[in-house]
Amino acid sequence: MQLTEKHVDYWRKNLRISAILLLIWFVVTYVMAFYARELATINFFGWPLSFYMAAQGSLIIYVAIIGYYAMYMRKLDVEHDVAEGEEE
Amino acid sequence: MSAVSQSQFKAQLKKYYSFYTGGFITFVVLLAIAEQMGMPRKYIGYCFLVATILLYAGIGVMSRTLDVAEYYVAGRRVPALFNGMATGADWMSAASFIGMAGTLYLSGFDGLAFVMGWTGGYCLVAVLLAPYLRKFGQFTIPDFLGARYGGNFVRSIGIFAAILASFVYVVAQIYGVGLITSRFTGLEFGIGVFVGLAGILVCSFLGGMKAVTWTQVAQYIILIIAYMIPVVWLSIKQTGVPLPQLVYGQQLEKVTELEKKLTNDPKEQEVRGIFKQRADDAAAKIKALPDSYGAEKKKLEDKIAELTAASAPAKDIEAAQKSLKDFPADPKAAEAKWKADQAAANGRTGPPRPHATPYPGKDEKARDTAMWNFIGVVFCMMFGTAALPHILMRYYTTPSVHEARVSVFWSLFFIFLLYFTAPALAVLAKYEVYANLVGSQFANLPAWVQNWRAVDASLLTIVDVNKDGLVQLAEIVIGGDIIVLATPEIAGLPYVISGLVAAGGLAAALSTADGLLLTIANALSHDLYYKIINPDASTARRVTISKILLLVVALVAAYVTSLKPGNILFLVGAAFSIAASAFFPALVLGIFWKRATKWGAIAGMVAGLGLCLYYMLHTYPTFISWFGTTPITKWFGLEPISAGMFGVPVGFLTIIIVSMLTPAPDQDTQQLVDHVRYPVIKGDSMVTTGAD
Repeated sequence: MQLTEKHVDYWRKNLRISAILLLIWFVVTYVMAFYARELATINFFGWPLSFYMAAQGSLIIYVAIIGYYAMYMRKLDVEHDVAEGEEE
Repeated sequence: MSAVSQSQFKAQLKKYYSFYTGGFITFVVLLAIAEQMGMPRKYIGYCFLVATILLYAGIGVMSRTLDVAEYYVAGRRVPALFNGMATGADWMSAASFIGMAGTLYLSGFDGLAFVMGWTGGYCLVAVLLAPYLRKFGQFTIPDFLGARYGGNFVRSIGIFAAILASFVYVVAQIYGVGLITSRFTGLEFGIGVFVGLAGILVCSFLGGMKAVTWTQVAQYIILIIAYMIPVVWLSIKQTGVPLPQLVYGQQLEKVTELEKKLTNDPKEQEVRGIFKQRADDAAAKIKALPDSYGAEKKKLEDKIAELTAASAPAKDIEAAQKSLKDFPADPKAAEAKWKADQAAANGRTGPPRPHATPYPGKDEKARDTAMWNFIGVVFCMMFGTAALPHILMRYYTTPSVHEARVSVFWSLFFIFLLYFTAPALAVLAKYEVYANLVGSQFANLPAWVQNWRAVDASLLTIVDVNKDGLVQLAEIVIGGDIIVLATPEIAGLPYVISGLVAAGGLAAALSTADGLLLTIANALSHDLYYKIINPDASTARRVTISKILLLVVALVAAYVTSLKPGNILFLVGAAFSIAASAFFPALVLGIFWKRATKWGAIAGMVAGLGLCLYYMLHTYPTFISWFGTTPITKWFGLEPISAGMFGVPVGFLTIIIVSMLTPAPDQDTQQLVDHVRYPVIKGDSMVTTGAD
C-alpha cells in the first residue's frame, strides 16, 4: 500500500475542515457558556440571547456542522479518488 | 450482499415503517374511542404496556439470528436514516424523555448544560470517530483498541471500562423502566422491573444487534410522537400557535415577569418567612440537644392532656397522639430528623429561581462556581457521548464510511427534535404553574393537581402554609418527573395521551437498556471469550455464549437496581464521565496520531479512568457512605458528575508523554492507521472488516 500525493492532500484537507468545524463548535459551546451572563442582556425574539443559544441556537449549529461535514467529505472522497462504490 | 439490493432494502424498510406508524396511530385512535365509550383508565394503561412490549417482541422474533455479523452489527446494511433513528432511541433514555424537562423546570438556564452536552457530543463523533471506526469495521470498541495498540492488555482495559460505564448506565435505565411500569399499571416496583426486563430481553436475546436496531427504530417513532403531542397541544392552549419551539420566547418573558412579581408579593414573603421560622426552630432544637429531646416530647404530652381536658374534637386529639407516636425514639434519631426538617425548610425560604438567568448565585464566587459546573457538565456529556461504546458501536452497522457520516447527521437530527422541545415544555409548564395554579383557591384546585397530588407526594405537594385559602408559589413542591408525565392533563387531553406518554417513556428506557446490555454481553463474549480466552470457538458457540451472558448481566443489573442506588441523573452522568476518561483520548489519538504507542494508551486509559473514579469515590456522598472513602474538598468546586473534566485531559497528557518515551509503533500499525483514514485506498490489501 503506497500513499500518493493525492492521499496526503486529502488527509490535509480533512484535518483542515475538521479543525475549522470543531473551532465553531468550541465557540458556540464553551465561549458562549463563559460569556453567558453578558449575552443574557441581549434580547433575541423574546429570549435572552444566551438562553436561546443554549436551548436552540447551538443545537441547530451542531446539526449544521455535521451535515456540512458529511457533504464536504463526500465531495472530497470523489475528488481524491477514495470514494466507495454505491454497493459495498 | 444478499439477493435484495441496498436500495430495494431501503424502499422496503420505508414501506414497513410507514405501515407501522399508521398502525400505531390507528391503535391510539381506537383506544381514544374506547375511552370515550367508558373504558377504565387502568385498562388503557395495560393496553399500552402489553401492546408495545408484544410489538417489540414480535420484531425480535422476526429478526432472530445466529449469524455473527447479523448478531453483532446487524449485517452492516442499516441505511443512514434508519441507523439515525435507532441511534436516537438508543441514545435517549428515561433520563432524557422524562427527566430532562423536569430538570429544566427546576434549574432553568443551568439545566441547559445537559441539552447542549447531549447534542454537541455528536460533532466529536462525526468528525473524530464515526467514519474511521466504520472503515476499521470490526464488532466492538475494544476491538479497535486491541488492533491499533496491539495486544490483549489494552483490550482488557477497554473491556473493563466498557462494562463499567454501560453497567452504571443500564442500572439507571432499568430503574426508569420499573418506575414507569409501576406508575401506570399499579404493579409493584420490583415486579415492574422484571416485566420491563422481559421486554428488553426478548428482543436483544433473540436477534442481537439486528433485532435491537429494528426495534429501536420502532421505539423512536413511538417516543417522538408521544413527546410532541402534549407539548404542541399545550402550546396551542397558551399561545394559539402549534409550534412551541418557535414561540415559547414570549412565554419565557411572561414567566420572568411573574417571577419578579412573585418575589415581591407580600403573601409569598409571608410563606417564605414561615419556612425561615421553621428552619430556625429546628436549628435551635438541634443546638439544645440532648435537653431539647425531653422538652419537645413533654410539650407533645402536655398538649394531648390539655386537649383532652378541654374536650377538644376527637380529630385534633388523634392528630396530637399520632405526632407523639411518630416522635423520634432517641436523641440521635431526633437530631437526624430535625436536621432533615431544617434542610427541607431552608430549601423553601428563597424567592423563585430566575428561569432565564445564567448562573444565579448569592455572590460573584457562587456564580463563577455555577459557571464552571455548567461548563464541566457540558464537557463531560460531550466527550462521554463520543466515547460510550453502545453509541459508537452503532456506526459499525452502516453499509459504508459515507453512510456512517450521514448517519451521524440523522442521529443528531432525530435527537435534536426532542432536545429542542424539552426547554419549551419546561417554560410552558412553568407558565401554567405561575400564572394559573398560583393564586387559585385550595377549595378549587385544577384537576391535574388533585390527581397527581394523590398519586405520589414526591411529585407534587401543596399545603396551605399560611392558611389563607389561596395557593402561593412557596407552598408548592414539585418533583421534576411530573412535568412530562402530567403535561397531557395540564393541556386538557384525554387519558389515552397519558398512556401514550408512558409508552413513550418506556420505549426510551427499553431501547437504551437494550443497546447497553448488548454492549456488555458483546464485550464479554466477543472480546473476552473469543478474542482472549478461546480464539477457536465456533461462531454458533460465540453467539450462544453472548446470549447466555446477556441473561446473566440483565439479572445482575436488575438486582442492583432493586437496591435503589441513588439519583438517576447522577448515575447517567457518571457513566459519561467514566467513558470519556477511559476511551476518548485513546480512540482519538489512535486515529490522528501515528506515534501513539501501546504503553501510552495503557498508561493514559488507566490514569484517566483512575483519576475519574478517584474523584467520584471521594466526592459523591452515596459512594462515600458505600465504600467508606474519606471525603475530599471539591477541586475548583466541581461536582462529582463532572469528574471527566479531570480524567480526559490527564488521559491525553499521559498518552502523549508515555508515547514519546516509548519506541514508535511498528510498520503494520502505521499502515492500519492509514487504512482507517481513507474510505478506499486503491491497492490496499489490508482487510479489517470482520466478515465471518
